[in-house]
Amino acid sequence: MTRLRAARVGEAGVDLSADAPLVDVDESSLPRRPVRNSAEREGVRFDVRRVRADFPILTERVHGKPLVYLDSANTSQKPEPVLKAMDAYYRHANANIHRATHLLSERATQLYEGARAKAAAFVNAPDLHSIVLTKGTTDGINLVAQSYGRLTLRPGDEIVISWLEHHSNIVPWQILCEQTGATLRVAPINDLGEVDLDAYAALLSPRTKIVAVSHVSNALGTINPVREIIGPAHARGAVVLIDGAQAVPHLPVDVQALDCDFYVFSSHKMFGPTGVGVLYGRPSLLDAMPPYQGGGDMIASVTFEKTCYNVVPYKFEAGTPNIGGVVGFGAAVDYLTSLDREAALAHEDAVLEYATTRLREFPSARVIGEARQKTGVLSFVVEGVHPHDAGTILDREGVAVRTGQHCAQPVMDRYGVAATIRASLGIYNTRGDIDALMRALTRVVEVFA
Amino acid sequence: MSDLSELYQEVILDHNRRPRNFRVIEGPTHHAEGYNPLCGDRLKLYVNVEQDRIADVAFEGSGCAISKASASLMTDALKGKTVADARAMFERFHRMVTTPPDQTVEDLGKLSVLAGVREFPVRVKCASLAWHTLKAALDREEQTSTE
Repeated sequence: MTRLRAARVGEAGVDLSADAPLVDVDESSLPRRPVRNSAEREGVRFDVRRVRADFPILTERVHGKPLVYLDSANTSQKPEPVLKAMDAYYRHANANIHRATHLLSERATQLYEGARAKAAAFVNAPDLHSIVLTKGTTDGINLVAQSYGRLTLRPGDEIVISWLEHHSNIVPWQILCEQTGATLRVAPINDLGEVDLDAYAALLSPRTKIVAVSHVSNALGTINPVREIIGPAHARGAVVLIDGAQAVPHLPVDVQALDCDFYVFSSHKMFGPTGVGVLYGRPSLLDAMPPYQGGGDMIASVTFEKTCYNVVPYKFEAGTPNIGGVVGFGAAVDYLTSLDREAALAHEDAVLEYATTRLREFPSARVIGEARQKTGVLSFVVEGVHPHDAGTILDREGVAVRTGQHCAQPVMDRYGVAATIRASLGIYNTRGDIDALMRALTRVVEVFA
Repeated sequence: MSDLSELYQEVILDHNRRPRNFRVIEGPTHHAEGYNPLCGDRLKLYVNVEQDRIADVAFEGSGCAISKASASLMTDALKGKTVADARAMFERFHRMVTTPPDQTVEDLGKLSVLAGVREFPVRVKCASLAWHTLKAALDREEQTSTE
């Protein structure tokens, strides 16, 4: 049992019209088995039309064309249950959490802690105390760097990252190196866009204190073999942070099976609102770590002489958090777990494979990143056309993609391109979306012919 | 589609394919590097000023069609101008690309082909990168950025 008070976990949502009592959460009762949605009850494991109907923005028209949204790796769209949960929170429960005795504060606290419990179940965390609610992936990485990193690193120590990392998993470590005298080492990738595991193992030494790698690359879509990265790091006594921002919308994640020390992700890439994220931390590490920011809610008692910090995870949650966003995030977790994730992933993989095949057939296109294990992302360039120009023309055809460096300049340099066009997928994308992309690419080539 | 063809006019596509003054000037009196981190566009601008006139100007680098064509058109337009003229042209160009599309703008001759960028707010920086780099070069700043 835990002392955390949480909403009735396991229900599809909290009914705000009733005064649901606060309950102590027996963690063994946290949902492992997703609630099946209506399509599945009818025997359809994944019905993309029904999923699309859950996302109101997908009926939007842009520049007079139907929206074809292929930018989910940038941020995902939000389904109706997430929008409704946030709306209901502000209409019926808005109050500050953990600090008032009135009913609205109880409701808000219950919803906020309920979302923490949902997040814990979502990544199979051993304990609600191991889930710190953050502003997002970047915030989580900075928290670990500034709290764990500054506590433990000494001059001469090393941090190992991979060449695939985006700026959020590079710069916080560079700052930490400047502060502590540690050195940043980078594991190279092969031409396919996969981390070279032999070269990675060769970088590890007793000096290695932290390894930080992405679970899925945002620029190329490569799924990193994180277990094969974590094992050797642990053998050298290093702790491992996995950046799961691009993984959670696609892959089931089990932090205990991975045996990682920290796992960070963002709500907004997994159909929840922006400004919310999760840091999972191994409880023994979180307990020993100093606070990252000071403020309200992270303290047990304050006098001008001495302040006693609150327990984990509250020690790391200074100030009034994004409560409405956290409520929306909780609804996003419910939404994702209500789907048959295996069937959803199979659908996404089929669309990605279709897109890859179509692009390889497209005369002037070159796919960047052809890892054997990929999900959700297709980066490419079109000969003779700068990605930025392509992006503008695609937009006018209704097709939303990202063009540029994807906050991963070293990856671009590795492939000798200034930028790429990146089409990225969510559970709501279809082969029809890829057909629309290909038609729009034909238009791009016509303009520049 | 009309605003798209307004943006990618034949003149722009031509300057993108065959940029004018696309070369290095050794030992220029002024130079600067421009960078647009949003799209990775990067250009180096070289200016030779003799007796307060721009005797030669050239650029190199990589970028999208809009930034490359804008730099190409700019270098053509600047040759023989006084430094004061060049600064005034920067102001007029900047005003042209930042005026809302429903308002009329001054005719800047060949440079007016870039007025179509006003319909594409995220592309305004591409069109103005070369001009910001020129201003930086004349101000003797080493590097400029549109961010």
